[in-house]
Amino acid sequence: MMHRLRLTLTLMLVAAAALPWNATAVDGRPFSSFASFNKFSPNYTENLLVRSLFDIGQGKLQPALNTINELLKLAPNFQLAHLVRGDLLMAYAKQPQAFASGVSSPERTKDFREEARVRIERYLDERPQRIPEPLWQLHDSQKYAIVIDTNRSRLFLYSNERGKLRYLADFYVTVGKNGAEKQTEGDKRTPVGVYYASSKLIQKLPDFYGYGAYPLNYPNEWDVRQGKNGSGIWLHGTPSNTYSRPPRASDGCVVMTNPDLKAIAPALSSGNTPVIITDNLTWQGDSDNAELQREALMQTLETWRKDWQSQDTDRYLSHYASEFFSSGNTDLNAWKAHKQRIQSRSDNVQVKLGNVDMYRYPSKSKAMAIVSFDQDYKSNLLSNKMRKRQYWVLENKRWKILYEGPA
Amino acid sequence: MLTPRIFALLLLGMSYLPVAHADNLKEIVQLANSGQATQALERLDTHIRANPKDAQAIFTRGVILAEVGKRDEAIKSFVSVTEMHPNLPEPYNNLAVLYADQGQYDKAKKALETAIKTHPSYATAHENLGDVYARQASEAYDKALQLDNSNSRAQNKLSMIKGLFNGSYKPVIVGNKEQKPAEPAAKPAETAKPAEPAATPTPAAPAADSADPAVVAAVNAWAAAWASQNVDGYLASYASSFKTPKGEARSDWENLRRERISKPAKISVDLSNIKVKMDGDKARVSFQQSYRGGGLAQRTSKTLFMVNSGGKWLIEQEIADN
Repeated sequence: MMHRLRLTLTLMLVAAAALPWNATAVDGRPFSSFASFNKFSPNYTENLLVRSLFDIGQGKLQPALNTINELLKLAPNFQLAHLVRGDLLMAYAKQPQAFASGVSSPERTKDFREEARVRIERYLDERPQRIPEPLWQLHDSQKYAIVIDTNRSRLFLYSNERGKLRYLADFYVTVGKNGAEKQTEGDKRTPVGVYYASSKLIQKLPDFYGYGAYPLNYPNEWDVRQGKNGSGIWLHGTPSNTYSRPPRASDGCVVMTNPDLKAIAPALSSGNTPVIITDNLTWQGDSDNAELQREALMQTLETWRKDWQSQDTDRYLSHYASEFFSSGNTDLNAWKAHKQRIQSRSDNVQVKLGNVDMYRYPSKSKAMAIVSFDQDYKSNLLSNKMRKRQYWVLENKRWKILYEGPA
Repeated sequence: MLTPRIFALLLLGMSYLPVAHADNLKEIVQLANSGQATQALERLDTHIRANPKDAQAIFTRGVILAEVGKRDEAIKSFVSVTEMHPNLPEPYNNLAVLYADQGQYDKAKKALETAIKTHPSYATAHENLGDVYARQASEAYDKALQLDNSNSRAQNKLSMIKGLFNGSYKPVIVGNKEQKPAEPAAKPAETAKPAEPAATPTPAAPAADSADPAVVAAVNAWAAAWASQNVDGYLASYASSFKTPKGEARSDWENLRRERISKPAKISVDLSNIKVKMDGDKARVSFQQSYRGGGLAQRTSKTLFMVNSGGKWLIEQEIADN
């Protein structure tokens, strides 16, 4: 009798969460990833939730309930955990429920299901510690990089140790109600692109933002160019009565649990941490072509520098894309005229680039990259140091500069 | 539906008690039944002072105290009965109900498990254990949804405990027990064998003297058909002149009921506090209805307007208020 009840519950849960649930997943690998957490890890709570769900998957109701109880001591406002506990208790009450059927609103049920799904899928991921493809190069003073995958509802954190990226941790996040690819004000979408998180807002914010808020520089130059608008895209926490929000629930902000946000606060303290948001995250080593594109851009950047330094104006200008834009409505023709005028008068030009960082720019329509560097320019007319930002686009298989301006 | 059987069992089961005590207790119970709990308790206290080992009297005291809301005192009474008779499951069961009502679910479960340990087939304890889990589950769901249900929950709890205790002194119509031959636990506990005859509740004794027993029997059959998910039997309890709740077509209403009744895996319907008012070939029957099914537990005050149609009492109108 009890066995049948367990089976019912399990099957319903599994069916409801639409998981790639199989013996391997339950018996082997995922449990090894539990081992890497300890009680002090902010992900410990999620680890407990998933372990409990796996226990249910194996019909171990009592261990599942014990685990959930332990979890709720640590995160008393974890709604999904309360829900799983409710389902488990209903099984003990001999009234087994389909996943979340104790929840009357279908929309909320879907939310919980999705949260369970994305959290579990994280643990079914075979190699969560890979390096994301877009992280092409960080410079030495950038100690951390953040990559957010809106599809996985996940934020990945990496450290930069003298040019070598290392996976640190990853966290569940909530994104916009209507998903990714923000276009306009109020569309309740999270932007896709490369952004920088400024430091924590110091003013007192409503409880809604929880531990704090870190604004992102949406819309960036490319967003504005494309006519995207809206503002106030922040990385922030959850209200004090809420542990986590559903995977898609914000007005476009990226929302983390307060303990998780607190855990990554040191990585955000520089006020200039790159935050790459994508809805289609791939990993380094997945594609040879991506690797070639990266190498090509590194070479092209150097060629551009040399062509500029040698004052070969035609070759220098050939690096700019037909759709080039810069600040103040500058287009390619205006840029060319301006550069030709300057370069005809300049002598002894020296251009040095330092602290280069380079990321693939998430874009569906074309291959793009964003590059920033410290530029040290010297000529008979001018000596200038600045930090510059360029957007590059792959045009006829060649990297071209789409935008250039101060960073 | 849970406690009356226990109570009757204790009342008649402890044959080693002097008959005079039992008679005295019967009177006290009748006193409590007629709404004079204070007097009943006074008499009980006197009785217990003279007979401090009278477990049955102490148990009765616990039941009445629980009924009037003095839970802490009721708990003391039941605890002292468990100390005198550690193998009797009933006081543990009632303790569990009180603990559960205070939100002390772990204690409630432990008490029920003790009852089940000594009497593995004790159906009431099993059902109550299920209730405790279900109640915890319902709280968990509320937390999941961040419902601040403190108000409605308080009501729920209260009505639940009424459900367990209400009508303790009155025989109550048991909805679906008869339909469940597979429930060996419906038999009283082994130790209390002599009590068996009393374990079968007599048909509901409605408050009105002149009540036609056929009316109560019809209500009884209606509840039983509902609980056993016998939709045809259930629908047959309604008169052709039945006024549908929202004025919808009879067929629409029937379809809705058919779906609602067939859907849950299990339904239980328990009626208590049945009152009948006769008016010739019409009758008004009001009662407390405890419904459980499909993960829903509902307690409703209901009134059925019945009509005698060719010797059969049928429902003309059904009015529920929560």
